[in-house]
Amino acid sequence: MTPARFAYARPATLDAALDMLAREEEATPLAGGQSLVPMMAMRVARPALLVDLNALPGLDAIEATPGVLRIGALARHAAVLDHELVAAEAPLLALALREVAHPAIRNRGTLGGSLCLADPAAELPACMVALDATLVLASAARGERRVAARDFFAGLYATARRADELLLRAEIPRAPGWSPWFEEVARRRGDYAIAGLAVMARREAGRIAALRLAFCGVEAAPRRLPEVEAAVIEGRDAAALLPGLLAPLGSAEAPAAYRLHLAQLLLRRATEHAHAAA
Amino acid sequence: MPDRAIGRALPRDASRRLVAGGGRFLDDHAERGELHAAFLRSPLPHARFTLHTDAAAALPGVAAVLTARDLAAVCRPWRTVSKGFPGLVSPEQAPLADGRASWQGEPVAMVLAASRAIAEDAAEAIDAAWEELPAVTDVQAALAPGAPPVHPGLEGNRAWGTTIRHGDPDAAFAAAALVVEERLVFTRHTGVPLEPRGALALWEKGTGALTIRLSHQMPHQMRLHLAEQLGLPVNRVRVVAADVGGGFGIKMHVYQDEMAVAAASRLLARPVRWVADRLESMLADIHAREHVVTARLAVDAEGHMLGFDVQDLQGLGAVSVYPRSSTVEAMSLLRTLGAPYRFAHARARIDSVLQNKVPTGQYRAVGAPIGCAVTERLIEKAAAARGEDALAFRARNLLRAEEMPLVNGFGAALHGLHHHAALEKARALMDLPALRAEIAAGRAAGRLLGLGLAVTVEFTASGPAIYGGAGVPVAATDTVVATLEPTGEVSAQASITEIGQGITQGLAQVLADAVGVPAGAVRVEAGDTAAAPHGGGAWASRGAAIGGEAAWGAGRALRAQLLDAAGALLQAEPGTLDISDGAILDAAGTPRMTLAELGRLMLFRGHELPRGVTPSLSAAFHYRREGDATLANNGVHAALVELDGGSGLVRVLRYWMVGDCGRVLNPLLVDGQYRGGIATGIGEALLEACRYDADSGQFLSGTLADYLLPMATDIPDITLGHVETPYPRSAVGAKGAGESGTCGAPAAILNAVNDALAAAGGGAVTELPIQPVAVLRALGRLA
Repeated sequence: MTPARFAYARPATLDAALDMLAREEEATPLAGGQSLVPMMAMRVARPALLVDLNALPGLDAIEATPGVLRIGALARHAAVLDHELVAAEAPLLALALREVAHPAIRNRGTLGGSLCLADPAAELPACMVALDATLVLASAARGERRVAARDFFAGLYATARRADELLLRAEIPRAPGWSPWFEEVARRRGDYAIAGLAVMARREAGRIAALRLAFCGVEAAPRRLPEVEAAVIEGRDAAALLPGLLAPLGSAEAPAAYRLHLAQLLLRRATEHAHAAA
Repeated sequence: MPDRAIGRALPRDASRRLVAGGGRFLDDHAERGELHAAFLRSPLPHARFTLHTDAAAALPGVAAVLTARDLAAVCRPWRTVSKGFPGLVSPEQAPLADGRASWQGEPVAMVLAASRAIAEDAAEAIDAAWEELPAVTDVQAALAPGAPPVHPGLEGNRAWGTTIRHGDPDAAFAAAALVVEERLVFTRHTGVPLEPRGALALWEKGTGALTIRLSHQMPHQMRLHLAEQLGLPVNRVRVVAADVGGGFGIKMHVYQDEMAVAAASRLLARPVRWVADRLESMLADIHAREHVVTARLAVDAEGHMLGFDVQDLQGLGAVSVYPRSSTVEAMSLLRTLGAPYRFAHARARIDSVLQNKVPTGQYRAVGAPIGCAVTERLIEKAAAARGEDALAFRARNLLRAEEMPLVNGFGAALHGLHHHAALEKARALMDLPALRAEIAAGRAAGRLLGLGLAVTVEFTASGPAIYGGAGVPVAATDTVVATLEPTGEVSAQASITEIGQGITQGLAQVLADAVGVPAGAVRVEAGDTAAAPHGGGAWASRGAAIGGEAAWGAGRALRAQLLDAAGALLQAEPGTLDISDGAILDAAGTPRMTLAELGRLMLFRGHELPRGVTPSLSAAFHYRREGDATLANNGVHAALVELDGGSGLVRVLRYWMVGDCGRVLNPLLVDGQYRGGIATGIGEALLEACRYDADSGQFLSGTLADYLLPMATDIPDITLGHVETPYPRSAVGAKGAGESGTCGAPAAILNAVNDALAAAGGGAVTELPIQPVAVLRALGRLA
């Protein structure tokens, strides 16, 4: 469990980091290292050049503009979890981050690292989709590029980020009147979710007016399910739609049928909660 | 009269050092000029291979790339043979597989390089051509007609089998008023000690001597095997097992990789180090507990158990582990089956089966958790079929102390067990009426609560007849050498080994009482064959029961020598003198001299001693238990669980255990062992599984993200109680305690889950670990 040979750089500026990514095809950005470093130790990941982002200034900022909450890609899970602005403007993240691993991992792991790794079981990608966030990327060649979270996650460990790009931040629309719900099922506290569900709902006049949801752990990547969202809003049996819509993952400890069952269970709980709160 | 040290809750002498990070484990040691080893391991469960190592050997920093033939020059092969298992089929093993690997993870080549990273680079650079051969991993498929042979040329994959019959089982089952049957499936586990296995070997070219550090439970045993395989005089081999970060039975076997490290050091005349990383540990440490058991219990009209009829299919892996044989687990299972209860008739069929998987071996509590789970599940079924309280059924059938000693139908020697006392104590600890009311109220509120019980018998501290009779060179006797220091302290060397369980603290307390000094004045060390006397090491929960007797004997012998010397000096009859709190007392109880004064006089001022008096400052005692082949202990376990009807997850809410391990040397140590053992059992019941892909035979549980160990949040509050029945035919009276928690926890949790399922009108779960999917299926909530 020692990594294959790699070169290491710790650029001091964003431009320098982007130049490295542009020049070296096999470069991999290192943020908190909580997934990448074990993957390197197992030689599953074999970057030729590791571009350590931890010296880049300002990439961990959490700030609000009139329209959005911006969370820098290098913001640690623990910082996001405890941040007042997050509690006020994106409490879904705080609900979900409580389920992310353990304190030691949350102290190092970053938002950007989790989003760019795109582990199918990870909570934050699903939250970004449910929050309708925009992800801001940058490259030396093309400058900044904005991608909607719902278009970012492309499959198992696959995203719209190009090899020469860095994720700079997530921009989450400030959405008064929306309320969050998050639950997941894991074998042990802090484990990867077998299935999780992130929901944002807006209520008007005692009923659900709008709703966005995304699962984690169930499919290869989180996505919006418009038919399901509509069924929840209209009070139809949304869970009954899931077998026809989802392509659940299967594994030794959690077969596909079990993930589907949990997805239905979580959706029913979320629906009940949304209607009760409305 | 100062307090006795035995029985006192004294903190371990080593705790402060270990907790503060002062432990010196294998990886903390280094030798100048050492080479780092990495192994190329078979990626396939069964394959022929050819290796081209030139490119790997040419990498900068690589000293050598070794294959089977290189090591064959310095290391003889070995084969597991035991008179206990006549006809056992288990092929020869060598440090590296030669042209054919028979399990995924088997070492096929060894790289030695300037660093572990370079060694791993080179292992990757070995050009290996693999020709996949048909593999069999499923234990039932392995016995099916036409199954591919695990090794070429085998006529079948049965490694060993036996049939046991006692009384008249056919008549008993024919006449029974009730017969219950169950088929239980047990998935493989492994031990996962915090410190992985490893070896640091130093070959001294000039003297032809080998010094090897191992993270191992039995240094003396390994010394013998290393000498034999490498063709060295035993006294030219020194094995050092210093701080060992947990064993659990994982570290009591002869492994190919560890032998390869010793052989490579000799071949290259260089120090060689290797420490398994977690991927290697999961792949190549022994697994255990793969069984499919079909069992029937016959009961008469009054609810008395008549007999058992059992079929056990055991998965061995590609070989039977060396030197003890993996089949021991099946026999241990059988011995514990029904062991707490009275029954007259027994039949059993055991088939131990070869598979293209890593070998299995003796792991904490060996077969006992399975024997207990099968028994206790059948008892629940029988009581339910009779419509009676399972506790009443147990009370009726549990053996009474006065019925023992006896040898039951499965050959279990039972003596000194106090089941009824333990059961009474457990009922009181649990406050059963209140607990039952609480469960009823919870159920009325829709909660899926279940209470499960299990009664255990465990056979600890094996005596010499077992392995000795099987012709396997495993020591079941132990020695302690105790020495008075000229400053009045007592130092001792023990052949029992310290693997984190704290036994050196327990032995220090025994020595303190035996000699007559405060416990803090005694220091016990173990693990270095150059210093420690011969003995068995750490296995079968033997430290207190066997090591304790050796410590007592050595302490008493030392005391007698010191009294002789003191008597000569004080012109008193030694029999009138005493030693207490580190001082020699005369017949009136008056302190006459301290042990420090006596020790200094004996060592430095021998001219003051009378002519002819030459007392020794050291005394050795070698303890061999005669008579009882094992020391049975007993316990009662109970678990309260809650099922999540949505997710199928099981949570253990509370746990109770009452154990009788004879004399308790130190309650902190015993309680720690009980709790840790229960945690092991909770993992076994709910989480831990070594899984294999049904089609490819690939191992699926290769990391700690896949192999789920119980964590602190998975372990409930555990309430412990003790019944203390000292073993009467020994001086100290201790029996084993280290595995008791593990024996009963899987059964108690299995019964608790099935109790909750039954109360909800569901079916039963019959496979361990209990997966959430199985719970949902039993509840009819998942197809």
